[in-house]
Amino acid sequence: MENMITLTIDGVEVTVPEGTTVLEAAVKANIKIPTLCYLKGVNEIGACRMCIVDTGARAFNAACTMPASQGLVVKTNTPAVRAARRVNLELILSNHDRSCLTCVRSKNCELQTVARDLGVDEIRFSGSNGEREPIDDSSVAIIRDPNKCILCRRCVATCYNVQNVGVLGATERGFKTHVEPLFGKGLGEVPCIQCGQCIQACPVGALRERDDTDKVWAAIADPTKHVVVHAAPSIRVGLGEEFDMPMGTRVTGKMAAAMRRLGFDKVFDTNFAADMTIVEEGNEFIERLTKGGKLPMITSCSPGWVKFCETYYPDFIDNLSTCKSPMSMMGAAIKTYYAEKAGIDPKDIVVVAIMPCTAKKFEAQREELSNNGLPNTDIVLTTREFARMIRQSGMDFATLPDESFDSIMGEGSGAGAIFGATGGVMEAALRTVYEKVTGQTLENIDFTAVRGVEGIKEATIKVGDIDVNVAVAHTTGNASKLLDAIRKGEKQYHFIEIMACPGGCVAGGGQPIVPAPIKMKEDPRVKRAAAIYEEDKHLPKRKSHENEELLAMYREYMGEVGGHRAHELLHTHYVKRPKY
Amino acid sequence: MAECCQNEKFAELQQVIDQLKDSQGSLMQVMQKAQDIFGYLPIEVQNFIADGMGVPVTEVYGVATFYSQFSLEPKGEHTLSICLGTACYVKGAQAVLDRIKSELGITEGKTTADGRFTLLATRCLGCCGLAPVLTIGEEVYGRVVPDDVPGILAKY
Repeated sequence: MENMITLTIDGVEVTVPEGTTVLEAAVKANIKIPTLCYLKGVNEIGACRMCIVDTGARAFNAACTMPASQGLVVKTNTPAVRAARRVNLELILSNHDRSCLTCVRSKNCELQTVARDLGVDEIRFSGSNGEREPIDDSSVAIIRDPNKCILCRRCVATCYNVQNVGVLGATERGFKTHVEPLFGKGLGEVPCIQCGQCIQACPVGALRERDDTDKVWAAIADPTKHVVVHAAPSIRVGLGEEFDMPMGTRVTGKMAAAMRRLGFDKVFDTNFAADMTIVEEGNEFIERLTKGGKLPMITSCSPGWVKFCETYYPDFIDNLSTCKSPMSMMGAAIKTYYAEKAGIDPKDIVVVAIMPCTAKKFEAQREELSNNGLPNTDIVLTTREFARMIRQSGMDFATLPDESFDSIMGEGSGAGAIFGATGGVMEAALRTVYEKVTGQTLENIDFTAVRGVEGIKEATIKVGDIDVNVAVAHTTGNASKLLDAIRKGEKQYHFIEIMACPGGCVAGGGQPIVPAPIKMKEDPRVKRAAAIYEEDKHLPKRKSHENEELLAMYREYMGEVGGHRAHELLHTHYVKRPKY
Repeated sequence: MAECCQNEKFAELQQVIDQLKDSQGSLMQVMQKAQDIFGYLPIEVQNFIADGMGVPVTEVYGVATFYSQFSLEPKGEHTLSICLGTACYVKGAQAVLDRIKSELGITEGKTTADGRFTLLATRCLGCCGLAPVLTIGEEVYGRVVPDDVPGILAKY
């Protein structure tokens, strides 16, 4: 039984477990304390001094780091507290590039919100008056603007504590302090995995995705191009938030309608390729399992994870499934199977992938992910960029009708749909592997042991006479823990799913950004995943190997699963990458 | 530098890390020892420290750039430190610094291409009566005017 303590905040008594911070207790009492550097469970360092409160001590305390104690009396809203917060905020603002009108985070900026909430109507300090600093655009996926950085260190904590990557740090001191990679290098010159979780962590516009919407507009406007779009499973459970819908709203039909109205020539579904991945990967797993191949086999859908493996755990490269990700399989199939069926020269096809992911921008550029001299994917847009295009078009997203995806690559099963949530690929694979190995129909297809947001999940699944040990990890930090245990021989598995982002793709680096104060109350990983499992339940087919359009593709073009043509188009290889 | 010496240096640093790794807040101590061993903290050394101490290399780099005592570049044969503290500054240290910079062709914190001089701008050296003051190694030069600079440099 937890020790409970009672404290008083602004006259409201609140009882919380011992160890709770004053900030968390205030959230429980429905009292809003402003925060900037605080990111629940990730960055709790009391640096920005926005959350200072009066506890009767000699000086104000930061509520985010101060433990609540029995009988503590906290005042969050006195004239002195308000004045002190305001000075602190003015000092932060004095050195911030306040070009809010043209900032990508306008209306979704925590600094803007706090400034408004605190009623800051002038800034009495002039800041460093330094020159504008160059923007770091060395990375294909992530742009860093030091002029907007408020040095909260949320990205630093995320990159190291959550992802075990650590390419961002605080350097120098005083006005010269920067949050940046070391030795003045750009993000494109250090072993960043482009997961984009730093963008998700950033309260302002200092970190953002590279915007490729202009390229898409240009392709759509070019009459010689046949522009094909497909959207990942997680887009349909995240996109609505960009249009003020509640977290976890399913907008599959509106999304398809929006794509069509933007002018794409074909509207396909990445879920089709997720199913393709499952039949290929399931087949690969069965081969490895029965013919003595390298085990555990580890999934390779998440490009952040793949680059993490290549850079930090290269001894596991042979464990990676040779399957391309659904995005790259989709592109390869569009430029071969679809091109042939539609009678279009693949050179005239532009494949646009809408992804919840920033690392996909890097994946698209990998040379090995091309066939016949053409890249599998031409342009990757994040969910946020896609929403930007919808806004620019003047569409009223909320009132769009529900439309379907186009044939011949528009069908997706429930198994494909759940790819977006941590554990989803594993569950989808098990649904297929079980039936392929046993030849029997799987009655209970919900593998709930691999669902949920626990960092590392394990299960043993009986497939015929074999006990298959599986593990699922999300965040590369958790992946490290799992792989370290395997290296030491403490753990043995047959099959592992790893996703780079917390909660899987639903909370990927390219998804709508949820401000930290909202994350204190609602977990986007949980809400969006719940929507994805709803999606699964409502689909007529819930197993990848029952996807009719997919079966037609194998029958009419691809040949055998894992066969010669499938290998050429749908499988890839990996390279060891240096750290520094 | 011969590889053998380099290996010995890393072995020495490893010993330091093994000794200090488990005591809290020992990163700076390790970095100081590393700078004693290598003379400066190149990226390889910072990576080695990060791996050994179990911290991200960006944290090592952050500490190295926060404190002026750490150097990211090899030091020259002679370290020339000029005081820009209040007393020296009002007595014209900036003009002396400017002259040194033009004579050596480098800026503060840098080392000449021939490796002879490293130029540092420091805070108070504790002999304000001699302002403006500069030191080269252990040698102190007081009441320096810009025209003294070529003569002083010529001694080294």
